Amino acid sequence: MGVGAVVLVFVGVILVVAAKRHVAVFDEFCIGAKEGARAAVQVFPILLALMTAIAMLQAGGVLRWLAALLQPAAQWLGFPAEALPAALLRPLSGSGSLAVLREVLQQHGPDSTAGLVASVLQSSTETTFYTLALYFGYVGIKKTGCALPAALAGDITGMILSALTVHLFF
Amino acid sequence: MLNKIWVGLMLTALAGSFLAGETAAVTEALLNGGKNTLTFMLTLGGSMCLWSGLLRVADKAGFTRLFARLTTPLMRRLFPDLPSEGEACRAMSMNMAANVLGLGNAATPLGLQAMKHLRAAAPDATHATRNMMVFAVLNTASVQLIPTTVAALRAEAGSANPFAVLPAVWITSLGAAVVAVTVARVFGKE
Repeated sequence: MGVGAVVLVFVGVILVVAAKRHVAVFDEFCIGAKEGARAAVQVFPILLALMTAIAMLQAGGVLRWLAALLQPAAQWLGFPAEALPAALLRPLSGSGSLAVLREVLQQHGPDSTAGLVASVLQSSTETTFYTLALYFGYVGIKKTGCALPAALAGDITGMILSALTVHLFF
Repeated sequence: MLNKIWVGLMLTALAGSFLAGETAAVTEALLNGGKNTLTFMLTLGGSMCLWSGLLRVADKAGFTRLFARLTTPLMRRLFPDLPSEGEACRAMSMNMAANVLGLGNAATPLGLQAMKHLRAAAPDATHATRNMMVFAVLNTASVQLIPTTVAALRAEAGSANPFAVLPAVWITSLGAAVVAVTVARVFGKE
């Protein structure tokens, strides 16, 4: 409720100030919404390609194998094995990793080490591939330089820090 | 970048489906891809239109300029070669604010807008500039004040304190963002 109320106040303040400054509020809203619609149409093919590929990866169980393969390395970093599938899915799919997080929380308990680490990681990192594909695809950038390695370095830091902070605080 | 990544993802999925004997499930995922993306798009797209409209009103009312001024110290550090009250910086500072508040659907149209302004200033239309890399990478590390969705899931699973993870989340997300931005700034060539 608290966060919802903040959004309502934010919208209210924008409308009041805009009206006071004689902004054509309705007209400007419609122009902006039209821009949003154009952007949505433009990003649809990018999303279609990425979401289909990721759904196929998940359906084939490739991520489960990868999790099994990476388990020794994760253990060395102090990262709980039960949270590894969620961590691998996080950079690829927001809704997918949320579903896996839900499974971890229900199975191992929200206050278990695995549940805590998975919660922290889900909240601290983003869907890296989706974001990069969307942002660079939208403006037609083909050579993205070090954007992907930099983003993945951030994701790995997130994995290490989520395990570290949970061990520290709980 | 995407040409290689997408082929890699698709081929891995196809090879995996045969090795695991899950061809039926993977075929279903392929055939449902269009429908599922469209369903997702209807939610995201509608929300994007709404926020684009509201944020345009906010821009016309002078809010984004005010916000850009407030975040100038941070923006100067991240994007030293950009005018701190220019269109790109205004869109980027609003995008970051939306991200911090957890308004992902408002952040996306602002982020796309910012990328357009950054590209307009780029010397080459197909090569990413360092500013683009830093900004995009910042969006892949979500620095979020209150992770409401995760807290809701934790409450649903019967957590004693759904928000207990907050300090750990702040440290982890800030650390990840700092590392990602540093790598992008140091290794990103103009």
